[in-house]
Amino acid sequence: MASKVIQAFYNDDDVLMHAVKKVKAAKHHIEEVYCPFPVHGLDKAMGLAPTRIAITSFLYGCLGLTVAIVMMNFIMIKDWPQDIGGKPSFSYIQNMPAFVPIMFELTVFFAAHLMVITFYLRSRLWPFKKAENPDVRTTDDHFVMEIEIHGNEDELKDLLVGTGAVEINISEKNSH
Amino acid sequence: MYTFSNRLKIGSIILMAVGLLGIVGGFIMAPGTVEEAKAIVASHDDGHGGGHAEEASHDTGMDHGAAAEHGGDHDASHDEHLLSQLKNRPWAALYVAAFFFMMIALGVLAFYAIQRAAQAGWSPLLFRVMEGITSYLVPGGIIVFVILVLSVLHMNHLFIWMDPEVVAHDELLQGKSGYLNPTFFLIRAAIFLGGWIAYREYSRKLSLKQDESTDNSSFKLNFRISAAFLVFYLISESIMSWDWIMSVEPHWFSTLFGWYIFASMFVSGITVIAMVTIYLKSKGLLPDVNDSHIHDLAKFMFGISIFWTYLWFSQFMLIWYSNIPEEVTYYVTRIQDYKLPFFGMVAMNFLFPVLLLMNSDYKRINWFVVLTGIVILAGHYMDIFNAIMPSTVGDQWFIGIPEIGAILFFAGLFIFWVFRALTTVPLQPKRNPFIEESRHFHY
Repeated sequence: MASKVIQAFYNDDDVLMHAVKKVKAAKHHIEEVYCPFPVHGLDKAMGLAPTRIAITSFLYGCLGLTVAIVMMNFIMIKDWPQDIGGKPSFSYIQNMPAFVPIMFELTVFFAAHLMVITFYLRSRLWPFKKAENPDVRTTDDHFVMEIEIHGNEDELKDLLVGTGAVEINISEKNSH
Repeated sequence: MYTFSNRLKIGSIILMAVGLLGIVGGFIMAPGTVEEAKAIVASHDDGHGGGHAEEASHDTGMDHGAAAEHGGDHDASHDEHLLSQLKNRPWAALYVAAFFFMMIALGVLAFYAIQRAAQAGWSPLLFRVMEGITSYLVPGGIIVFVILVLSVLHMNHLFIWMDPEVVAHDELLQGKSGYLNPTFFLIRAAIFLGGWIAYREYSRKLSLKQDESTDNSSFKLNFRISAAFLVFYLISESIMSWDWIMSVEPHWFSTLFGWYIFASMFVSGITVIAMVTIYLKSKGLLPDVNDSHIHDLAKFMFGISIFWTYLWFSQFMLIWYSNIPEEVTYYVTRIQDYKLPFFGMVAMNFLFPVLLLMNSDYKRINWFVVLTGIVILAGHYMDIFNAIMPSTVGDQWFIGIPEIGAILFFAGLFIFWVFRALTTVPLQPKRNPFIEESRHFHY
């Protein structure tokens, strides 16, 4: 289904922030904002739901810790116990201090990598994906706010010009 | 302007009075003769998991070379040893608490100097609070110094290397005596305390002068002396930790001990900044301090707690793994005789802050930060306790009247001194160049 959207261009993140707040105050739904860099506080201003990536990160960390414990228990205690520095590997708990660095590293490793992969999946990003941004300038020095039009084109145009937009486009957009 | 509320003032004076009773009580209860010492141990024996069985391991410990020399009359020397441990207890309790509260002020001073040297934009609103806390460095530092002087005068046996009798029978101590001798020890302590106090007073003076001046020269000078102070501080703090803490066990050494004690004082200091700020804010003072300031302090509490654990574990694991007798005795005595405080401290200083302060939103809930702060402070008291007690009182430790009395006394003195210092000037700096940034700070 194709829909009409209005795209307002800004060349400053502070102006953009004020514009977003104004548009939200006028009770319009902002489809998307494209930025060349992350703008602090933009998600809150747009009224996006808080991210749940921190929760997944915690769970991945727990998974990494578990993997480390099970792995070291199998390698160092069950499968091939060795006597290192006069500390024979009879039980996991007795040798635990030696495994702490591995437990720590795998916790961090799992949390970091799986969190990045989750972020990519959730953002629908993968190699060779066609870029979604409507204008190449959003990768350089412009910010674009995109609002869907429901027969209120002129009203939106006036509002956006008032917020300090440097350029306003109307375009057809295929929704995914 | 903040006025010292009567309730807090009376509260701090009561703390001091009760604490003083506890300290005096501790000294009175300490045994004077071997017979009294034996009687005390006999009546407490069940409480300490059979203290006698572990005495053997003690005498092989590095700290009592002199006692081991006497091989033949082992029982008699053992009883003497017990007596000296029990006699040490009120002194050690006093010293741990005195050092702990001085350490808080010193940790805040380091944090303050870092804010100055980094020209941080978020923190100038908290400068008066930090300066109020560092004012305790003067009485606190002097009290610690007096205890050290009394140790040199043989009023107690906290530092066995100060006893010429012990050194005469101990080749290792003789080898160290060029550095570890009473005169040089006191000279070092005087230089360190003098340097810290001098910086504190001068920086405070410049900070107040900046409020009244028409240019930023005081601010710039403060920046420069703070950077210079940090160099002095890192060296002197490290040496201080060897002198005042590590040398209670003069045969043992650890190269990262200075960092380890630094982490402890840094996190305790930041915790106290957060607690005092939250207290003043709850009274309607510091209106410009917002949740983001508390959030930042809580982030520091969280981060430095993990940093402390990292150092604690780095020190522990290397010594545990290499298992070299002269190094590993430190942990053997602690795990045998101090199991609960030793591992309990790790739970309080690591698990508790990590789990409670991990969530971003919780760092903004004031009572949550205060609750975690109380556990962190208790945990770092235990850290100093675990550093001093095993070498001075051995397995005769207990958290009883002398320890709690000393904590209450110094807590009372700390509160009294800090809040009295806070009343002297307005709580908000006027002309700090970054004050606007601090006021609008939002994470």
